[in-house]
Amino acid sequence: MAWTKNVLRVNLETGSCTTEPLNMTWAHDYLGQRGLATKYLVSEIDPKVEPLSPKNKLIFVTGPLTGTMAATGGRYSVVTKGPLTGAIACSNSGGYFGAELKFAGWDMVIFEGTSPKPVYLLITDGKAELVDASHLWGRTVWETEEAIKKQHQDPQIRVAAIGRAGENGVLYAAIVNDLHRAAGRSGVGAVMGSKNLKAVAVRGTRTDAYQVADPDAFFTAVDAGKKVLAGNGVTGQGLPTYGTQVLMNVINELGALPTRNHRDVQFEGAMAIGGEAMHEKRPTDGKANLVTNGACFGCTIACGRISRMDPGHFSVKDKPQYHGASGGVEYEAAWALGAANGVSDLEALTYANFLCNEDGFDPISFGATVGAAMELYDLGILTKEIVGFEIPFGSTEGMVKLAELTAKGEGFGREIGQGSKRLCAKYGKPELSMTVKGQEFPAYDGRGLQGMGLAYATSNRGACHLRGYMVSPEVLGIPVKMEPQATEGKPAMLKAFQDLTAVVDSSGLCLFTTFAWGLQDIQPQLQAACEGDWSEERLLLIGERIWNMEREFNLAAGLTGKDDNLPPRLLKEAAQTGPQKGAVSKLDVMLPEYYRVRGWTSEGVPTDETRVRLGG
Amino acid sequence: MQKSLHIDPNKCTGCLQCEMACSWENYRSFTTAKSRIKVFSFHEAGRFVPYTCTQCDEAWCMIACPVDAIRLDPATGAKIVLEPTCVGCKVCTIACPFGTINYVAQTGKVQKCDLCDGAPACAKACPTAAITYVDSDWTGLDKMRQWAGKTDTNQATA
Amino acid sequence: MRHLIIGSGPAGVVAAETLRKADPAAEITMLCGEAGPPYSRMAIPYLLRGDIPEAGTHLRKDADHYARLRIQLVQASAKAVDAVARKVDIGGRSLPYDRLLIATGSRPSREQIPGIDLPGVQACWTIADARALLAQARPGTRIVQMGAGFVGCIIMEGLLSRGVDLTILVRSGYMVRRMMDATASGLLRSWCEAKGVKILTHTQPTGLTSEGGVLQVALANGRVLPADIYLSAVGVDPNLDFLEGSGIALGQGILVDANLQSNVPGIYAAGDVAEATDCLTGKRQLNAIQPNAVEQGRIAALNMAGRPTRFKGSFVFNVLTTLGLVSSSFGEWQGVPGGESTEVLDPAHYRYLNLQFEGDRLVGANTVGFTDHVGALRGLIEGRMRLGVWKQRLMADPTQVMQAYLAAAHSLV
Repeated sequence: MAWTKNVLRVNLETGSCTTEPLNMTWAHDYLGQRGLATKYLVSEIDPKVEPLSPKNKLIFVTGPLTGTMAATGGRYSVVTKGPLTGAIACSNSGGYFGAELKFAGWDMVIFEGTSPKPVYLLITDGKAELVDASHLWGRTVWETEEAIKKQHQDPQIRVAAIGRAGENGVLYAAIVNDLHRAAGRSGVGAVMGSKNLKAVAVRGTRTDAYQVADPDAFFTAVDAGKKVLAGNGVTGQGLPTYGTQVLMNVINELGALPTRNHRDVQFEGAMAIGGEAMHEKRPTDGKANLVTNGACFGCTIACGRISRMDPGHFSVKDKPQYHGASGGVEYEAAWALGAANGVSDLEALTYANFLCNEDGFDPISFGATVGAAMELYDLGILTKEIVGFEIPFGSTEGMVKLAELTAKGEGFGREIGQGSKRLCAKYGKPELSMTVKGQEFPAYDGRGLQGMGLAYATSNRGACHLRGYMVSPEVLGIPVKMEPQATEGKPAMLKAFQDLTAVVDSSGLCLFTTFAWGLQDIQPQLQAACEGDWSEERLLLIGERIWNMEREFNLAAGLTGKDDNLPPRLLKEAAQTGPQKGAVSKLDVMLPEYYRVRGWTSEGVPTDETRVRLGG
Repeated sequence: MQKSLHIDPNKCTGCLQCEMACSWENYRSFTTAKSRIKVFSFHEAGRFVPYTCTQCDEAWCMIACPVDAIRLDPATGAKIVLEPTCVGCKVCTIACPFGTINYVAQTGKVQKCDLCDGAPACAKACPTAAITYVDSDWTGLDKMRQWAGKTDTNQATA
Repeated sequence: MRHLIIGSGPAGVVAAETLRKADPAAEITMLCGEAGPPYSRMAIPYLLRGDIPEAGTHLRKDADHYARLRIQLVQASAKAVDAVARKVDIGGRSLPYDRLLIATGSRPSREQIPGIDLPGVQACWTIADARALLAQARPGTRIVQMGAGFVGCIIMEGLLSRGVDLTILVRSGYMVRRMMDATASGLLRSWCEAKGVKILTHTQPTGLTSEGGVLQVALANGRVLPADIYLSAVGVDPNLDFLEGSGIALGQGILVDANLQSNVPGIYAAGDVAEATDCLTGKRQLNAIQPNAVEQGRIAALNMAGRPTRFKGSFVFNVLTTLGLVSSSFGEWQGVPGGESTEVLDPAHYRYLNLQFEGDRLVGANTVGFTDHVGALRGLIEGRMRLGVWKQRLMADPTQVMQAYLAAAHSLV
C-alpha cells in the first residue's frame, strides 16, 4: 500500500545491492521514516560502534506519505549513529529526493560497510548499481549533482550528496539534496563520507510501486488538510512570505535570541538579518536579497527562501558562480551565522549559507562553533597566530573565512569542523561549548524559553529544536499559550510534542505542518493512505515507542541521564536584557517531572513497566 | 467560450502538486515522471516554469500522426491521443516544435495533455493559482504561441 | 475544378482532405497504387511485430472517411502525364485534371547484383512485402539483410520478434550513416549485437545464387552466407519514372517553387518526390520524412485551391526505434563549418546527446536513448532561435536543452 515494501541493502564493502521485503510488522509498529529506520538500525548495529567506522550503518528512508499528494509529503530521513554526539542521529530533509526514491520503488536504502574507493549509488527504478566516483571526490555537492545529471543525461535525476565537508570528516557534515535541501544535523554526512559514498542518485518512473489504500478518503483528507494550511496565519501567510525568518525579530524582542555564544539573549543586529530585511531593496544594487519562495515536493506552504546575493559584496565580488539565485538563509542558519557570533551582514550570512549548501555542512553547528571560537578569541585563548586571522565577535570577514576553510579542512577550519564541544575542550574551556550531547544549540535561548531548554536537554540527538518545538506553545500559543518562564505543565507538554513529532517525522510529512495541523488533521491522511488501524491513540503510542527506542539506543551507547543537561552558562548566568532579564534555565525543576511523565526512573531509564507498555 | 490553461510562472513554487495530479488522473499513481505537465526549474534565476501543450491550432502532432491516432476534441479544443490506435512510432514527438508530446516507454504509446475532458487536474491541484483554466481570451496564450506564429504557413493566406 | 492526386500516402491524403476543406465544391480524385485503403509505411514495423492488425496501419480509420469527404479513390498507377492536354494515363484510360498533385512517394532502391530477382529476395516496403515476410519468417529462419539504414533498422524488432536468425550487411562502417554520427551509430550497433543480431560492416554481397531452395549470399571476401530470405534494404528512390517526357523539370526529385508548384503551371508535388527548399541550408533537396510529407501535402493543396501559400522550407529530422532503442536526428547533425558542438555520452546506458551550433543557434542534433521533449529540438532549429547565454550553458551541459528552449522560445525566464 503506501509503503513500497522494498528495502535496498547496499554492501559497500562488496559492492552488492540486494532487495529484501520491508518488515511489515515493524512498519505497523514504527510507521516509517524516522521510526522504522531507527528500528532497523538499532536491530542491526552494536550501539557502541564507532560512528565513523565501517561497522556503523547509514539508512536513507521515506515515510508512507512521502511521494503522495498529501501537502508536504516529500520528506525523507537519514538515520545512523552520529559522530558529533555518539547518539542516535536522524536528520530529515525535503526537496524532491525522497519522493523520487519512492517512485523508484524503495522505502529504504541501507548502506553497510565502507567502499574501498569512492562510489555513488545510482538507482533507476528497480535497478541499483554502485558507480565509480573517483572523479567526483573532492568536488562540491553542486558540482556532483551537475556531473551526475550530465553523465546520465537526465536532468530529472535527483541527487543527495556530500560535499568536501563530508569527505573531510567535518563532524556536522550534512547530506544535501536538490542543491539546497539538507539532512543537516548531527553529522550524517560525515558518516557517508567515512563510507566513501559520495552520492545517491535516483530516478523513479514506476507507477506500480505503492498506492494509497483508500483514494477517495485520502483525497478528502488531503484536501481538507491543504485548506487548513492555506487558512492558517503561519502556514498560509507567514512562512510563504518570510520563511522561518519570520521568527528573527519575534524571538529577539522576546529576549530569547542567543547572541555571541549565548553571552546575550538579544542581538542588536537582528533587524538587519531577519525575514523583513530579506525583502528590502539593498542600497548597493537596488535589489532585494530574496528572489522568491520555493517549495519542497508536494508542499503547499513553500517556506523555502531563494536568494540572490549582491554581486558587489566583498565575499563574492570575483566569484560569479555565487551570483545566481540559490538557497537563502532560514531562521536557524541566519541566527547561527549571524547572532551567534555577532555578525549582522545579511549578504555575508547568505554567502556562508551558500557554502554550507555547496559543500554540505550544517550552518547551525558551524555558526555556533564559530561563536564559541570567537569567545575563546575574546578571552585571549585563541589568537591571530593560532587561527591565522582575527576573529573578534562580530567579524564578518572572520566568519566568512572560516566558512571557506571548514569544508576543505584547511587551516583553522579543521578545528572548527570538529564542533564546539571538541574545540572548547581542546582549549581548556569545555564550559563555553553551547551544546547538549555534543550538538550545538539552535536559535532559541533555554533561559528565555524554559520549555525549549528542557527540549534541548532531553533531545535524543543532542540540542535540537526539531524534536519538541516548545516555541509553539511558549511563543505562538499553539496549541495553548504557555508563559516562557513557566515550568508547570511543560514536561508533559514537551512529551506530547516529542511523541507527536516522532509520528510526523515517521510519516513523510514536514513538521512545519504542525503550526496548523494537529494530530486530528494528520490521522485521516495516514488512515486513508495506510491499510489497517491508525487511530490517534495508536499513532501517539507509536510516537512514544519511537522516542523510547531512541533513548534505549543512547543508553546502550553509553549515554546516561547526566547527559540530559545544559551548559552551566544557561543554568547560572542570567539573561541580561529584555523581557526574560534575570532568568536562568530551571532544568532542575523540570527534568525529574519529565522523567516521571515519561515513565522513566530518576536516572532517566525507562522502567520495565514502560517497556512492556510500549512493546514493539 | 473555449477555455485554456493559463500558466503564470511567477506564482509557481515548484511543489509539483500539478505533476502528481496529472499522474494520478492518468495513471492512478503519483509518479511525476509520467506527468504531461512538467515544472522546469531554473535554479540560477530562482524560477519555476510549468509547461505543457497549448493545444495549438497548428496541431503539428495531429497532422503528423501516420495512423490517425490524435484527434480533436471539439468540446475543449484539446488534441487527444487515442491510445489503442497509437502504434508508438514517435513521429509526433519530433514534429511538435514545443516538445509537449512525449513517448512513454512503459506503455509504448505517446502522451500529451488532453485537458482532462475540460476539468484539468493540474489547475485544481495548484495551490498558488500558477495554473488556472480560464476563458481563452484571458490566457495571453499568444505569447506561448509566438513561435507557432513565426512559422505559421497560414499567414500568407490570411 | 478537378483535382487529381497521384499517390495515397500521407502527403496525398492530407492534400485531399485540405482540398475538401478549402474547396467544398471541387472534384477530388486520388490514385492509389496499391490495393486496399491508404495506409502508413511508418506503421509496418508494428504490424511485423504483431502489435496491430493491418487495419491499424490505415491512415484514416473510418471506413467511409473518403466517401464522406467526397474523395474518389481510384486504384491505379500513373503511367504518364500529358501536361499539355492535362491528362494522366493510368493504363487503358486517362484521367483529366485542372490541378495535379504528384505525391507518389518512394520505392526501395534496387541492388545491381546478380541473382537479385531470385525467389527469396525481398524488400520490406509495402504492406504486401510485410505480408510476405510474416508468412515466411519463423523461428530459425535465416535472414540476411543488406542495409542498415532507417528502414533496415526499424524493421529489425519485428523480425527478431518472430525468432529469426538475423545477419545484417552494412556496406559502410556505420549503421544509419545518413542520420547518425559515428558515436550514435556505434551505440546502435552494440545494442543490436547485444540482442543477438550479427552485423558485418564494410561488407556487401557480390551476387546471389540458389541451391536447393536456399539462397547463397556471396560476399566480396569470399565468404558465402546461406539465407532463407535475402532482405534488400539499401535505401529508397523517388517514384519519378512515369514523368519521363512530361516536361516536368526534375532534379533528384520534382523541382518545385515556394508554392510547391513545378515548372508546369497547375502541377504540384509533395512528399518524398518533391525537391523543395531546405530551410537550414537554403538548397533544394529531397526530404523523405512523414512530417514534411503532410506539411507539403497541406500547402500544395492550399495553392491548388487558389489560396497562395508559401512553403517556408523544411529540414530533415527523424526518429528511429531500433530493437527498442530510440534515436533521433535533426538538421545539420554533422555540424557546419565554423560551428561548435557539444555532447554527453553514457555508453553503459546507451545514452547520447550531441548538439551542433552555428553561432548561438542550434542547427543540428543526434540523440540516443533520449525521448523527453525531443520536439523542442525541432523548435529550436527550425525557429532559428538565438540562445544567447544559454549557448554556453548548453556547451557545458547539453541536457539543459529543454530549459534553453523555454528560455529562448518563450522568454519565460
